[in-house]
Amino acid sequence: MHAPSEGALKQTAAEATEIDLRHQSVRNLNLALHAHNGTNAPARYEVTHPRGLHNLAVGLDAPIAVNIDGAVGYYCAGMNKSAEVTVLGNAGPGVAENMMSGRVVIKGDASQYAGATGHGGLLLIEGNASARCGISMKGIDIVVRGNVGHMSAFMAQSGRLVVCGDVGDALGDSLYEARIYVRGRVASLGADCIEKAMRPEHIQELTELLAAAGITEYAVTEFRRYGSARTLYNFNVDNVDAY
Amino acid sequence: MCGIVGLFAKRPEMEAALGQHLAAMLSEMTERGPDSAGFAVYRDAAAAGQTKLTLLAVSEHYDWAALVSDLAAQIGCTPTLSAYQNHAVLVASADAAMLRASIAAYDPDLRILCSGSAIEIFKEKGLPRQVIERFGLQDFKGTHALGHTRMATESAVTTEHSHPFSTGEDLCLVHNGSLSNHNRLRRKLERLGVSFATDNDSEVAAGYLTWRLREGDSLEMALHHALDDLDGFFTFAIGTRDGFAVMRDPIACKPAIIGETDDWVAMASEYRAIAVLPGAENARVWEPEPARIYAWSHQVNDVAPTSSTTTATLARATA
Repeated sequence: MHAPSEGALKQTAAEATEIDLRHQSVRNLNLALHAHNGTNAPARYEVTHPRGLHNLAVGLDAPIAVNIDGAVGYYCAGMNKSAEVTVLGNAGPGVAENMMSGRVVIKGDASQYAGATGHGGLLLIEGNASARCGISMKGIDIVVRGNVGHMSAFMAQSGRLVVCGDVGDALGDSLYEARIYVRGRVASLGADCIEKAMRPEHIQELTELLAAAGITEYAVTEFRRYGSARTLYNFNVDNVDAY
Repeated sequence: MCGIVGLFAKRPEMEAALGQHLAAMLSEMTERGPDSAGFAVYRDAAAAGQTKLTLLAVSEHYDWAALVSDLAAQIGCTPTLSAYQNHAVLVASADAAMLRASIAAYDPDLRILCSGSAIEIFKEKGLPRQVIERFGLQDFKGTHALGHTRMATESAVTTEHSHPFSTGEDLCLVHNGSLSNHNRLRRKLERLGVSFATDNDSEVAAGYLTWRLREGDSLEMALHHALDDLDGFFTFAIGTRDGFAVMRDPIACKPAIIGETDDWVAMASEYRAIAVLPGAENARVWEPEPARIYAWSHQVNDVAPTSSTTTATLARATA
């Protein structure tokens, strides 16, 4: 019951299992992937014709690799743990939401709240991400090769957000302890978000993040660091204008 | 929730299959809006001096022939009428105001969904598939079209509460979102002479644009004013005589995606509604930015924004 019917699964080169979403339901795809949950054996899947469908490859908990050949809809790779999910196209809202570990790569653009509430792992967006990227992030690392939209890293608690392009309004509003690195222009900073010095440990951490993301064309020295001024941790009537 | 779709043909082959493609897009948005569906198609432009109206009757067995006879006597020439159950498209050699008055005199319960030269609006309760089949959307040809699937949040599920809403001659609006200041704004607009058929929030947005355009705004100016005066969440698609425009509110919670190829421009709440179009896999696809107006037109310098703050993507038609 935990896998699509025999005929629907086709072995391709390098032992990848192909699942064609013109002929298989999203539920069957996720059941096939969930059959690996809790195991350690590697496996590869090629998912074709995603056509913007929602909830693809969600809830994975095994070191498997899933390639999705096209654009996906809402919540792709949500709650991902250990798996490597690659989308060869754009991603809809909420990609890698509440990700725990592993690696999610979007070759195109990501829509709003990419990586929201993520606890761990690496989310790499090769294109642009729109509004609210990394909202309430809790330990995830997010690297965006392009730009991000407004309200990114809103209430971000921990983890790192790296943006190689420009950033929209209100970056890091009500930020806690997440660290933000931006190479391009920041339209505006949100309440309690300030620019901070790049100390040696930050240069080292950013070097590691760019290396993990495979980004070699930008120098670490081109980036600025932003973080919390830590004045909104407790309510202070003097800060009321900032809310 | 709600789903919105728009399709603009850049080639004659796309115009010939416009209804078929819009139907496919609308069906993809079923889960976003199962309460009612509607669409506006721009086709068969009326000749100069003629006006085209879409009418909505309370009964599916309305005596449209009697209406035609009465109007012929009132205005002195016989209108042509195509009946679609409780909807009818009427073309007459008279101006819109005269026709509206004549129809109101004949049957005040007959609703006028839109007027202009090319626009036709059809909308009804039920799933998109049912509404598509009821009016035969698959067979419609046209230059461009908008559609809407509704999940009601602010007001009742009726035909009148369904989208699109007319905002003026050859203009209409579909909306995904919810407005929070619509009651106050409706009272203000009513004092200014704008009338409303329902208590629906989206109809207030349509009425607002009607009022701004009546005051002399261009569509671009009207939309800029809407950003200031409408409080709430919205992605709007606005159908115009020669194209359509898309605008999201500054917070941009409500989704929108635009795709473009050499054959068409499409907008939708989700990519899956664009994925059904021919050549979608090679389309240029992007998410419209907040508070920015995007417009397409079959005519250059029609509604395309010109100010630097609202740089538009203008697709020129080959026609």
